[in-house]
Parts: sequence; structure tokens; C-alpha cells
Amino acid sequence: MTTPPPGFTFTFDGEPVPARSGQSVAAALIASGRRSWRHTRTEGRPRGVFCGIGVCFDCLVTVNGRPNHRACLVEARPGDTVSTQEGAGHDDLAC
Amino acid sequence: MTTSRAERPAALYDIAVLGGGPAGLSAAVAAAAQGSRTVLIDAGPRPGGQYWRHRDGDDGALHHGWSQFRRLRQELAAHPLLDHRAGHSIWHVERTDEGFTTHTTHTGHTSRDGIPRALRSRTVIVATGAYDRQLPFPGWTIPGVFTAGAVQALLKGQGVLAGKRIAVAGTGPFLLPVAAGLVGAGATVVGVFEAGLPTAFGRHPVAALRNLPKLAEGAGYLRTLLKHRVPYRTRTAVIAAHGTDTVTGVTVARLDDQWRIVAGGTREIDCDTVAVGYGFTPQTEIPLQLGCEMMLDADGSLIARVDSRQRSTVDGVYVAGEACGVGGAQLSLIEGELAGLHAAYASNGPSVDRGRLARLVRQRAAQRAFAAAMHQAYPVPDGWQTWLEKDTTVCRCEEVSAGAIREAVDDLGATDPRAVKLYARPGMGLCQGRVCGYATTCLVARANHRQPTADDLRGMAARPVAQPVTLGALAAGADDNGS
Ligand SMILES: Cc1cc2nc3c(=O)[nH]c(=O)nc-3n(C[C@H](O)[C@H](O)[C@H](O)COP(=O)(O)OP(=O)(O)OC[C@H]3O[C@@H](n4cnc5c(N)ncnc54)[C@H](O)[C@@H]3O)c2cc1C
Ligand code: FES
Repeated sequence: MTTPPPGFTFTFDGEPVPARSGQSVAAALIASGRRSWRHTRTEGRPRGVFCGIGVCFDCLVTVNGRPNHRACLVEARPGDTVSTQEGAGHDDLAC
Repeated sequence: MTTSRAERPAALYDIAVLGGGPAGLSAAVAAAAQGSRTVLIDAGPRPGGQYWRHRDGDDGALHHGWSQFRRLRQELAAHPLLDHRAGHSIWHVERTDEGFTTHTTHTGHTSRDGIPRALRSRTVIVATGAYDRQLPFPGWTIPGVFTAGAVQALLKGQGVLAGKRIAVAGTGPFLLPVAAGLVGAGATVVGVFEAGLPTAFGRHPVAALRNLPKLAEGAGYLRTLLKHRVPYRTRTAVIAAHGTDTVTGVTVARLDDQWRIVAGGTREIDCDTVAVGYGFTPQTEIPLQLGCEMMLDADGSLIARVDSRQRSTVDGVYVAGEACGVGGAQLSLIEGELAGLHAAYASNGPSVDRGRLARLVRQRAAQRAFAAAMHQAYPVPDGWQTWLEKDTTVCRCEEVSAGAIREAVDDLGATDPRAVKLYARPGMGLCQGRVCGYATTCLVARANHRQPTADDLRGMAARPVAQPVTLGALAAGADDNGS
């Protein structure tokens, strides 16, 4: 089988989350039993992964203070500070 | 592989291949082997696309055709005329006097924010693939409802199970490998709920016989499900998911041939996860940006129209793989190779290998016949619209309900999805209608007592900026063909 890549941790809303090298933030969060890390702007509903491949933008998360990362695409790195995102912050984006 | 700017100054490639799945990989490798200076541009950190999604150090145990992938990957890494730009998300492709400029933002080890890049080429081959097609239903926004592809990508690309007790639902042959993969990895699959009643093999014996390996693959998945006692139910759908912060169960219903709920045929099933998909939607924003003629495929998807050489209706733009019709990885590989060869023949004129072309054209015909049979076997009739409540979310980004879409038609007089988009905002969020475009189009067409058209779909699919790009990245401008 596949040799497991080396492990490390990052924090999510202050709590440590284990991850493996090359793993996405979303995969590590799901593996740790978490399902959602964003609340929608209008109805305040929880969201996590839906499409898993960067298409739906449901999984937006704040990484090291910067919002709007797609957790299903961004690879976790040792020491990252990941936190829940409120809304979908269009402000910074050109679409 | 990636070459530094100092080593290789800004250059004009003969061919830029956009997308590195089966179609893009085989196109790029074929073109470079014919002597064309080629660049493969892909958003992923590793080549392979959706089909060969893998982890570093992956031994391919979960994959079909892994040795073929390794050969292509080896060529991609080693061929002196072939550059690979991984982590490049394409947001716009522009026509220029010399050909095309592909604008990307690059994320990698040094930056996660996306550094702007521009790559110039005489010709482009669009191989951007497809993603899961979705139908809304009550509760589909609850965390724990995933696309079937997401569950597959988590398993194959990340080694993570999406849940413990999983309902697999939707329509199409893709549900089988997803369910088989899950039980193989130790999850409990509470059932595979196939809304259709596939009968293709009876009605299309020739197409089926020509594709025996594919059928054998399907039979293998069915055997796995049988061994693990996973129920496989046809004409059955997950019509609602329950829970608040996470899924706790689903309602499953028997359907008639139009996918309306059969009275007395519903029941509740406990589960923590739903994997759902109703076929695939081709990723067509680049052909749309370039003005390529589009058409409606047999599965109701908007696709780029191509000729026998995989040429679109715009000079210098080829399209291969699922962006010009959903048909599985084998068809994508064949179309990619044909596109790569023809683009190379047209750009630097090596002598044409007629035998190879003839073989590829034959294979493509067989695979396309199989794909057409599949589309006929797994239609999506519009009875799913009766599963929706007034307050069921259709557009997940802007949280637009089925009722709001209906009001835009009934009260405001909207006759097409574009007008509904302006009145009620479905498709105006960050995903730009990728997820709700198909459903919104079907809802609006039916409310207007007609069938969806290619124009309707185009109204929800045009995206001048294909991928989000920060204002900062735009302002910074782009350098030329650097790595
Ligand atoms: C999530 C998912 C999982 C799947 N899993 C399986 C499976 O396990 N088994 C199976 O038989 N079939 C599977 N399929 C179907 C299968 O992937 C397709 O049949 C096949 O991959 C099509 O090949 P392709 O080359 O046409 O496109 P793809 O494989 O989809 O490749 C397209 C490539 O283009 C890239 N791309 C698209 N847009 C951009 C852009 N704007 N900028 C940069 N890059 C871009 C994508 O990142 C991707 O790498 C899956 C599909 C999906 C969506
Ligand atoms: S889950 Fe859809 S973009 Fe990440």
C-alpha cells in the first residue's frame, strides 16, 4: 500500500488538528471529525465540503488570517492557523 | 518540468493544453512527441485530473489504468519540448495577434494567494473536464451531504473516508465505483439509490459489446456491493436529508418513470453521510470566453461543438475530453491524443501517421457510441422538481429558494434563466452558477412549459473570469511565460 507521508499539526479555531504532508485542510478537518467551518451570509447556515474539487466554494476558510481559501484545495502546512469564516467575503475578489 | 525564467526566456509555445486530466495529458504528450513546443497548464498540484487523482507516493492501488498514467506522467516530466505548469488556475484566455494568452494565478510552495502569470501560445487545446451535476432537494445543504465526486476525491486523493454510514444516491454508472470504493475502505454503505432504471444494454447491444471491458468493470463493482450486502435500488432516490449541523438521516422514495414520488413508497434511513450525483456538467467557461459554438449534448449538458479533428468553431482552439461531451476517461484519452496530433500537424507539419489516426478515430466512435447509450440509459426526467419545497435552497451561494425562482417566473414574467438570475440572483455567487446552473435552467424552462435549450444553459454558464482572482493579483499584472 501507499507509504504514509509524515504527519504534523495545525490549529483550527485554536484546537490542534493532525494532518499529513500533502493533505488538504478540508481532508484533515474531516478526518478529525469536523464537518463545517463556515456560516453562510444570509441564513447563517453551517457549510463544509460539498464538491471537494474547488467548484462550489462552500468550503471557504480563513488560513493565517486570510479569508476565502478553498479548504478542499489548499494544502495544510505545519503551524497553520485556520479559523471559521463568516460569510463569503466577495470584497477582495474580482468575480 | 518547471523551468526557471532565467533558463528559458519568455517564449511562444506552439500549443498550450489547458487541463491535465486524461484528455490533457494525452494531448500534451502526443503533441510534444510530434515536435511541438507544448505547455500543460493545470490547477492541480499533481497531474491526473479527476480520474487519476492521487497522493504523493501513491502506488495506484485504487486506480484503473495506473501503468498508462505512469507512462504519461513520465513523458510529461522528461520530454524536452513539454513544460508542466502545475498549480496554475486559469481565469481567462484571450485571443491575440499571434494566437492566445492564457492568464493564470499560480499557487504553490511560495504563495497561496495566487501570483499572476500569462502564457502565450499559437494554439490551445481545452481539456478542462467536468464536475458532478447536482439536483437540489430538501436538506442538501446540510454538512455531510457531499457530491459523489467529493467522496471519491477524498478517498482517492486524501485517503479520508467522508463518513461512516453513507447513502450513495443519484443516477449513472459513476455511483458504482464510488460505493464500491467506500465499502472497500471500511465504510458502511446503507444503499445505492439509483433514480433511473438502466436498460441500455438491452437496447444497444452493439455499443455494449464493443465496450466489454467497461461492462466488466461495472460488473466487478456490483460483485463487491453484493459481497458486502449493500442494497442496490433502482427507481429510488434520496428526496430529503435531515439534520441541522450534520446529516442524521435521509428520506428515500420510490419513483415512477418521470421521477415523481410513488405514494406510500417512502422511508427513513439513518446515516451520517450522503454522496450524491446526477451525471456530470462539462467545464466550458474557456470555450465560451473564446466564442466557440456550443451545443446541447444527449445528457442535457452544454458542450463545445467539435469536428472530427477535435477542432472547435474558433480557429486554433481544440477541445478534448469531457468539455466536449461526458463519456468517461477512455474517451477523454482518445480525444486528447487526436487533438494533440492534429494540433501538432497543423502547427509544425510533421508527416501524418494515417494508421494511428484511423485507429484512434475507430476507438473514438466506439467510445462515443457507448457514451450515447449511457446517456440514453440514464436520463434525468423533470419529476425531481416535485421533491422540492418552496423554501428548498437551489442556489447554495446566494441562498435562493425554489420559491424565489418560481416567483421570478410567475410574478415578474421571467422567461429564461438569465432573467431569473437578474431578478432572484441564482448563480450570482462565488461558484458563478456552476452548481445550480443546470437545476435553475430546468426549473425555469418547466415553469415556462418548455424544454431547456443550449441558450438557457449558456445564460448560466458564461463566466468572463473563470476562477476567482484577487484585485491585488489583477493590479500586479502578469509576467510572460515564466514559471
Ligand atoms: C470529483 C470527480 C471524481 C471522479 N472520480 C472518478 C473515478 O473514480 N472513476 C471514474 O471512472 N471516473 C471518475 N470521474 C469521472 C472522470 O473523472 C472523467 O471521466 C475523466 O476524468 C475525464 O477526463 P478529462 O481529461 O476530460 O477531465 P478531468 O479529469 O476532469 O481533467 C480536467 C483537468 O482540468 C483542470 N482544470 C479545469 N478547469 C481549470 C482551470 N480553469 N484552470 C486550471 N485547470 C483547470 C482540472 O483541475 C483537471 O485537472 C470523476 C469525476 C469527478 C468530477
Ligand atoms: S468543497 Fe467545493 S470548493 Fe471546496
